Amino acid sequence: MENLQELLHGFTIAVTVPHLLMMVVGVLLGILVGVLPGLGAPNGVSLLLPLTFGMQPVSAIILLSSMYWGALFGGSVTSILFNIPGEPSSVATTFDGYPMARDGRPTTALATAFGSAAFGALIGVILITFLASWVAQVALAFGPPEYFAVYFLAFASFVGMGGAAPIKTVVALAIGFAIAAIGIDTVSGSVRLTMGVDELVKGVSFVVAVMGLFGIGELLVAVEEEFHARAVSSKIDWREVFRAVGRLPRHALALLRSAAIGCWMGITPGGPTAASFMSYGIARRFSRRGRYFGTGEVEGIISPETADHAAGTSALLPMLSLGIPGSATAAVMMGGLMIWGLNPGPMLFVDQKDFVWGLIASMYVGNIVAVALVLLTVPVFAALMRIPFVVIAPLIVIICVVGAYSVSNSYLDVVMMLGFGIVGYLFKKLFYPLAPLVLAIVIGDKAEDAFRQSMLLSKGSLGIFFANKLVTCLIVGGIALLLLPLALQLARLRRKPAPSTDETAVQETAREKVII
Amino acid sequence: MGRTSTFLFSAAVTVLAGTMPAFAAWQPQKPIEFVATAGPGGGTDNLARAVQNIITKHKLTEQPIVVVNKGGGSGAEGYVYGKASAGDPYKVIFGTSNAWQQPLVSKVAFNYTDLTPIAAMAQDEFLLWVKQDAPYKNAGDYLKAAASGEFRMGGAQSKDTDEVLTRMIEKAGKVKLTYIPFKSGAETAVQLAGGHLDSHVNNPSESLGQWRGGTQRPLCVFSPKRLPQGPKVTATEGWSDVPTCVEQGLDIKQYEQPRTVWLPGKVTPEQAAFYVDLMKKVQATPEWKDYIEKTSQVDTFLTGAEFDKFIKEDLEHVKQVAGEQGWLVK
Repeated sequence: MENLQELLHGFTIAVTVPHLLMMVVGVLLGILVGVLPGLGAPNGVSLLLPLTFGMQPVSAIILLSSMYWGALFGGSVTSILFNIPGEPSSVATTFDGYPMARDGRPTTALATAFGSAAFGALIGVILITFLASWVAQVALAFGPPEYFAVYFLAFASFVGMGGAAPIKTVVALAIGFAIAAIGIDTVSGSVRLTMGVDELVKGVSFVVAVMGLFGIGELLVAVEEEFHARAVSSKIDWREVFRAVGRLPRHALALLRSAAIGCWMGITPGGPTAASFMSYGIARRFSRRGRYFGTGEVEGIISPETADHAAGTSALLPMLSLGIPGSATAAVMMGGLMIWGLNPGPMLFVDQKDFVWGLIASMYVGNIVAVALVLLTVPVFAALMRIPFVVIAPLIVIICVVGAYSVSNSYLDVVMMLGFGIVGYLFKKLFYPLAPLVLAIVIGDKAEDAFRQSMLLSKGSLGIFFANKLVTCLIVGGIALLLLPLALQLARLRRKPAPSTDETAVQETAREKVII
Repeated sequence: MGRTSTFLFSAAVTVLAGTMPAFAAWQPQKPIEFVATAGPGGGTDNLARAVQNIITKHKLTEQPIVVVNKGGGSGAEGYVYGKASAGDPYKVIFGTSNAWQQPLVSKVAFNYTDLTPIAAMAQDEFLLWVKQDAPYKNAGDYLKAAASGEFRMGGAQSKDTDEVLTRMIEKAGKVKLTYIPFKSGAETAVQLAGGHLDSHVNNPSESLGQWRGGTQRPLCVFSPKRLPQGPKVTATEGWSDVPTCVEQGLDIKQYEQPRTVWLPGKVTPEQAAFYVDLMKKVQATPEWKDYIEKTSQVDTFLTGAEFDKFIKEDLEHVKQVAGEQGWLVK
């Protein structure tokens, strides 16, 4: 139990008055940048970075990582209340969080999200504490074919289990892949699909796409349906916060499964976004109330949130031990490490024990501080839902426009965001699913790079995807997930051979389920 | 020299004209934007932030400085932004040699001539790295083994510095390598550590942690002489112990990546002179020395005609390699 001793030593570093104070400040700043439009964790952390140059590295990283925890929690707030995800990884939270909030239960939705997120983070830190060296080894086993297999698995788990008509899912995916391909291609170095617009060389920012698809798209639908949002009468009720958190253990299975998916995707290169989507997709398939997903189900919030935070936390490990940042925020922190004179890499755990274990201990304490603070703010945020729709609607437009502009101070982004709003509206009206589109925009280009790198390695042979046990398992798992709905449908057909009625029934259910 | 005379001149004018500052050397009147043509955390971003930090700390200008990242399209986003800001002396673009290399090989909507060169501030070195437990002890062994034609070389980006150097190694060593492009040098280093590649040509700072951790080691450095003596990296070796590639029979004398600073096009000479001067002041600080040492780069300062000459020479060289590979775009 050498690690445990180190951890206790770490606690003596992390639990001091100045460091605790720093955590509170960091978390509060983090919640602020998480909630504010367009700021987000990476920007917040880079703004704070220059202030830390004079500090001890361990104090600096505690401040920055606390800000990261705060921002992760804060990012879920806008997803749930306004259907505007602040970070890619909180997209899946909107699927059930937003409907639940709209139905007048914003307090429950927020408290459930925060509670399960904290659980996910805790599992992630425990994993780091005890399996640090093993995890670093596992991450090394991932070359391009394995990367591709992990992305393939994420796509398959979501697509194969999605409720929409398969062909519509494929169309949504294809559009997403095309959008992800805009800009410079890593493998060939050439410019693709910019259609003569010079600025498009930077590609389409995820934030821009999502603000339009979700924020503006939802707003257009709401306006059309004359959604007078009878201001939701949510009472500011502290007891509801505790009740919602108290009910979490009932969903122990979902929590554990999501935490496992999150940790797995965090240490392998999948990352938090793929983790939350995959966890949501699998939960929809295996949960008892799976067919109500998308209407404000508790497990529909628990699954993505737990996986997101488990992955976000465990992704810090590859950053420390290998020097590959698992997320944009981790990349900024890594830049900080270099400036403080530390070199991320295998030796960090040997040379800089105080730093590493101080940080790990601060992850326990920091997350507890973050949850406590964020739960305190729930009723305040929930009260925002009481503002009438006529006031909220223009506010959402402002948030989206400012958010899209501040991504890279570009007017083009604002125009694109509005364009995505119309796409989002059309998708909803025509019962196309948005989730595969978003997933393809976020990890489509990474999947493509990994596939083409694999092809370069194997000189064009697909055999590379079955070259060793690891990659074979991942690919076979992905194919199995893809074929599952087909197999189920075949089985159903065989049971009741009345094709005409069955067909309409399938269409009915498909229509019912495309709520996302 | 130029600086002193400008100073004397403006001092004289100020004295003569009393309070009239009309002819004083140009000074910024509003906040300055530093544009890093890379994402947060990369080498270019670190440089921009280090310079910002030094200027703020030593109060080298009255105006606040903000760093923004425009790293999309392998940096093209930042350069295109610089081109679009022609005449605006409040945008300073930080980049590398891709300012002139990228327009050669892909259809990006800028060229380095759209920008005003300020300086090249530091040179990053390149080394040939292999996995720690690889059988070859020097570049000669490596080339012999690579003759099988099965070697996989990793690098950051396609048709960029890393691939250019790879093609030069192929030619000088008469071997054939399969080049696999990744997003960054750090990612490439991890792929080598995991045994998915046979070698890469990372900069020192990109693989420093990995070398110390014993997952990979440098065979040789693409530099005319060995790197300066510094603190030991591993228990027994430091950067100065790495032989040059020429010593080991791989005849590539010099290959370096400059970190470059630009203004948008159509700015006045006075405005450009202000920033050249500012960067010179930055370079004289102890914090700069510290930054150079921690990132294992080589301190240089090229500006004016020297910088132009460097660009022209590098451009000719890259054109030749790109031409042989059929990469050039019309």
